[in-house]
Formats: sequence, structure tokens, C-alpha cells
Amino acid sequence: VLMLCFSVLGIQVKCFHEIITIGYRVYHSYDLPWFRTLSWYFLLCVNYFFYGETVADYFATFVQREEQLQFLIRYHRFISFALYLAGFCMFVLSLVKKHCRLQFYMFAWTHVTLLIIVTQSHLVIQSLFEGMIWFLLPISSVICNDITAYLFGFFFGRTPLIKLSPKKTWEGFIGGFFSTVVFGFIAAYVLSKYQYFVCPVEYRSDVNSFVTECEPSELFQLQNYSLPPFLKAVLRQERVSLYPFQIHSIALSTFASLIGPFGGFFASGFKRAFKIKDFANTIPGHGGIMDRFDCQYLMATFVHVYIASFIRGPNPSKVLQQLLVLQPEHQLNIYKTLKIHLIEKGILQPALKV
Amino acid sequence: MESESEAKVDGETASDSESRTESAPLPVSADDTPEVLNRALSNLSSRWKNWWVRGILTLAMIAFFFIIIYLGPMVLMIIVMCVQIKCFHEIITIGYNVYHSYDLPWFRTLSWYFLLCVNYFFYGETVTDYFFTLVQREEPLRILSKYHRFISFTLYLIGFCMFVLSLVKKHYRLQFYMFGWTHVTLLIVVTQSHLVIHNLFEGMIWFIVPISCVICNDIMAYMFGFFFGRTPLIKLSPKKTWEGFIGGFFATVVFGLLLSYVMSGYRCFVCPVEYNNDTNSFTVDCEPSDLFRLQEYNIPGVIQSVIGWKTVRMYPFQIHSIALSTFASLIGPFGGFFASGFKRAFKIKDFANTIPGHGGIMDRFDCQYLMATFVNVYIASFIRGPNPSKLIQQFLTLRPDQQLHIFNTLQSHLIDKGMLTSTTEDE
Repeated sequence: VLMLCFSVLGIQVKCFHEIITIGYRVYHSYDLPWFRTLSWYFLLCVNYFFYGETVADYFATFVQREEQLQFLIRYHRFISFALYLAGFCMFVLSLVKKHCRLQFYMFAWTHVTLLIIVTQSHLVIQSLFEGMIWFLLPISSVICNDITAYLFGFFFGRTPLIKLSPKKTWEGFIGGFFSTVVFGFIAAYVLSKYQYFVCPVEYRSDVNSFVTECEPSELFQLQNYSLPPFLKAVLRQERVSLYPFQIHSIALSTFASLIGPFGGFFASGFKRAFKIKDFANTIPGHGGIMDRFDCQYLMATFVHVYIASFIRGPNPSKVLQQLLVLQPEHQLNIYKTLKIHLIEKGILQPALKV
Repeated sequence: MESESEAKVDGETASDSESRTESAPLPVSADDTPEVLNRALSNLSSRWKNWWVRGILTLAMIAFFFIIIYLGPMVLMIIVMCVQIKCFHEIITIGYNVYHSYDLPWFRTLSWYFLLCVNYFFYGETVTDYFFTLVQREEPLRILSKYHRFISFTLYLIGFCMFVLSLVKKHYRLQFYMFGWTHVTLLIVVTQSHLVIHNLFEGMIWFIVPISCVICNDIMAYMFGFFFGRTPLIKLSPKKTWEGFIGGFFATVVFGLLLSYVMSGYRCFVCPVEYNNDTNSFTVDCEPSDLFRLQEYNIPGVIQSVIGWKTVRMYPFQIHSIALSTFASLIGPFGGFFASGFKRAFKIKDFANTIPGHGGIMDRFDCQYLMATFVNVYIASFIRGPNPSKLIQQFLTLRPDQQLHIFNTLQSHLIDKGMLTSTTEDE
């Protein structure tokens, strides 16, 4: 799991580097050495801010033990903001009269790049912590869609899809859509069996490592579904046992097939606008890292939003952590409210009046 | 490499077109002073006339500020929203002017659409937190708030797809520029205004004191610079001077101390704004927290000899106000320099002509925007604890076994602290 986090981080850094380099080339701003430093500095600040927020949530027990970490966490926002401000002031002080406009462009370029890349990678890591399946399945769906759309287009392609990317065709698009849904369905079935993929990643302080062990939630337990009549006739089965997660996987695959390509078009338009063929030459035959990941980035946000809206409840340890910080009167109030609620729901036996 | 030479060719085109636009500076904004003022001041020399115009408008704006404070939090929120829209409009218009992209009507629509989406997202998050009880009652609101992130994201996606579909071969680069411009503007303007509203909900004093400090710093620095100014501060803004900067700093700190002393006395400024669902309106009624209760402080020896007092009674909030004023005086001007550099870079004199003598709304608020973020960060780091009603809300959505677990932990915690007497079974 740690390896995955590092890989995501590495990819993020490389993507950032590629896009910034394009910016430099477009604006011929090689001779503003300050700006290179500043861009990387801002990348560091934003990453620090985001990872600090995540670390505070998930490593709550670990953090509470170490004194310095606790200090860093409590004033985390303030420290991140101070760091950002320092970068901002350096930018203002570095404004040279001749290159004003260029510098502002690069400033904006850096910020938009950060917005796109760092937030996406951060959301990917958050989805990862929900369970590795939430990380693996979306990414493989996008990759599958890429490949199958290419294959379908190669063999059957006839009607072009959009002026922007002449190589894409409607046949590729639709064929890719169906095969990705099927692929997602099957992959979800296979992966849902393993606790390793399905459980939220937790950090166990006793073992000092990441643990993915849990009681699989309802999503990942086989359930019987009665098939709607027309499918019944086709498959000649009354019921089928599925993981509920597979239904979600259909949604994820649909998104990957329909909206993922838009990310690709966006990147193609970007390349067309700035007259570059590929983002960089890191992977032979495929161009740079960014080329591979352009479709992914909307996917990461979608998965995160999906989880937040439909799946995840709030994190219990975070709620507890916040409870313990409140003032005693508030705690008592909440305690009383909770007690009433739990008794109503029958979870608690009514106790004697406190 | 082929791509590099292509880039170079296009790069030259880019810098060529830029130098062309640089050589033809954008039209300087005309002087818009209303007729009335013009006639009244016609007999003064031009320098003093300008001074008077600025002065009168400043007083008018300050009076307006007082009026809206008086009208209460709801009006304040609406005003912040309007200011945000106007700032956004001004910056986007500059973008259009710079890039001559009037003939891309799609893009105007898209920019406003994105503004709407981002606002919807932010206000939805705030509304869910603060209007929790109201939202739970109304069925449609509940659905909206539960799927809020999903709905906002879908709306944004639609805008994104429209952008991709609207890419026209000839204008690619321009369209990407405008896309980037819109997003950076949204980032700056909308997040700031959202944080301002957050601060407001903490208590109107957290809204009023920072903004007044920035305004005071602006005015004081100008005054000090006007009367004593000699050493220029930065090449970017030749009118700013070190004397103005330092004088403004001290004046603002003193002003902040006095203002917070006055305001801490009144409940309506000090209490968090809450929505009372019985009366269906905002109330600012509460028991003032520790911050706003007079406490005795021992004056350190060095000041003791100067002032001749042993102890002084202050609100703890006044100590925070020193931090706020310091930030306003030191970093606020950087926001102003940033805006000046921006104006210099794009060869415009003012953002717009909304306020005579002062330029557009953005001119007045350029120093504010870093301030809003700072206040929010400050509150989050040093003052505010988590919101109890939000916690209850989160708690109720947890699974029953998690709820029980938390309940037990809380119970043992409270018993430890002696707030609860140990009860009987609760397994």
C-alpha cells in the first residue's frame, strides 16, 4: 500500500514537471530561474497541505503519541498557509518590470496545473484508503476503455467521433463502452472476494504498518438478486448472486467510458493548441506520463465524489477525535443526545437516569 | 526534435502577438467622476481635487459598510456575494480585453456557468453545516444535501464537456487561455468570499475587524506617505513609501486594539451566527466565550514603567487583534502589489470604473483577499473547535456498531473527567 502511495506521488511530480516544462517552452521563460524554484516550492506547499490533512485523519492514534507531530497537526493549516504566503511574497518581490506579463502567466499556469494534478492525486490516495478496490477498479476501467476503444476503432472504425481527435471513432467509443462495462463487472466479481482489496486501509499502531483486515461491508457480500423478467428469459436463471459492488462497478465503468475520453480530448486540444505532439518522451511509443494519465484525472474525482455521496459515511475515528476536542459542556450535550438516539433505535438498553 | 522546432515557431508567434498587444496599450479608463462632484471641486487644483474625490468616496464607502453591518448577517452575506460576482466580472472582462476574445460567445456563458457551479458547491457545503436542522426537515433539501457533492460535480462536468465540445480549431490556444483564466479567477475570488462568509458565521467581529484593519492600513499608509513619504518601497508601486508602510503598521495595530475593545463589548458582534429554526431567522445570542471576557493581565516590567499601571484589563481577543492587524499591515500590501503588478502587466490603469476616483471593486478588495484566508486559517488553528451540531449529524449517519463504539468511548471519557457519574449497564 505504501508503495502505491509513493508511486502516485511520483507520477504526480512527473506530470507536474512535464506540464511546467511545456509552459516554459511556450513562453520562453527559461531565463527566469526564480520561477522554476517557485513552481516547485508551490508544489511542495500544496502537497504538504493535502498530505497533512490526510495524515491527520488516518494516522490519528499514531499522531497523538508523538509530541512534535501533534504540534504540527494542530497548527497544520496555519503552517501550510504561512509556507504558501512565503512563496506568494517571493513571487511579488521577484516581479521584474520587463517580464511582468510572462511572470503572471507562469504563476497562473503553475496554479492551474497544481489544481488539476495535485487535487486529483490526493483524491486517488483517499479513494485508495477506502479500499484498494476503489483504486484498482477505476484505473483499470479507464485503461481497458482506452485499449478496447483503440482495438474496436482499429478493426471496425468508420465514423469519426470528434474533429479534435481524428483517430477516434464512434465504433471505438461504443464498443469500448460495452467491453469496459463487462470487464468492470468481471473484475469487480474477482476482486470482491479478497479481503486485501476490499477493506479500508487502516494503520495499526501496534503493528506499525498498514493493515487491510476487516469484516467486509455489505457491499462486498454476495447477495441474491431476482432478475428482471427479460433478463430471466435470456439467462434462464431465476436468481443470481452478485456482489452489490458490481452494480457500482457498472456506474464506474460507464463513467470511465463516457467521460474519460473527454479528458483525452481535453489533453488533445491542449496539445493541438500548443502545437506539441506529446507531452514528453518518457515512454517510447506512448509519449510522456501525462499522455497515459490524461483520462484518469476526471475519473479520480468522480470516484471520490461517488464514494462520498453514495457509499461512505463519516470516518468514526475522526468523529471521535473531534468529540474529544470539544468543551466538556458540549460533550455532555452530545452525550445526552446520542443516548436518547441510541435508546430509541434499540441499540442501547434504557439505563437508569444519570 | 520536430516537436521542439514546432514549438519554437509557434512560440515566436505567441511572443509576436504579445508584443503587438503590448505596443498598443489597452484604453486607459476615463475619469468618471459624477457631475456634482466635478462642479463642487472645479475651483481646486487637480492634485487636491483628486484627493477630495477619493476622500469623499472613502467616507461614502465606510458609511455603506456601517449600514450593511447594521442590517445584519443575511444582508452581509448577500453583499459579499454581490462583491464576488462583480470582482469576477471585472477580471473576466479584462481577460476578454487582453485576448480580444469577444467573438467567442460560448465562453462568456461558460465562465458564468462555472462561477455558478463553484458557488453552488461552496454554498451547499456551508448551508449543510449551518442550516442542518432546517435541511433535515425539508425533504427536497435533504436529498440535495446528501448528494450535494455528486450534483455539483455533475454540473461541473457538464461545463467541462461543453468546453471540450466547443473547442474550435482556429482558437484553441485562446480558449485554453480563457479556461485557465476563468479557473484562476474562480480560485482567487470565490474561495476568498466563501472564507469570508465562514468567518462571518464565527461571529461578526471576525468579519468586521479584519476588513477594517485592511481599510485602515490602506488609508493610514496613504496618509503617512502623503505627508511624510520619502523612500520608495518597491519598484512596482512607486507611490508607496517606507514611511507610509511603517506608519500604517503602527496605526493599524493601535486601531485594531481600540476597535476590538469597543466591539468585544457587544454580543451581537461577538457571538457565532446561528440559525434558529423556531424563529426561522438568524440569531446572535449566546454566552460570550472566554475570548471576549475581560481579564486582568500583568504588564511586563518594561511597559509598566512607561504607563505606570500594574495591570490592565483587556479582552484576550485584543491580543488576537494584534496578530490580525500585523498581518493586515505586512501582508495586505503584498496583495496590493500583486494587483499593481497585474495591472502593470496587462497595461490597465484600474480594474474598472465602478467607483469614481477609486477604480473598480477589485481595486478596493485586492488587499482583502489574502486577509480573508488568513483569518480563516487563524480561526481554524487557534480558536475554533469542531462544530457540535455537525458532529451529531455525522454521528447519525454512522453504522449502529460504530455509533455504539463511539458512545462507549465518550462515556468512559466523560466519567474519567468526572462529568458523569458511572451508570449501570449499557452493553
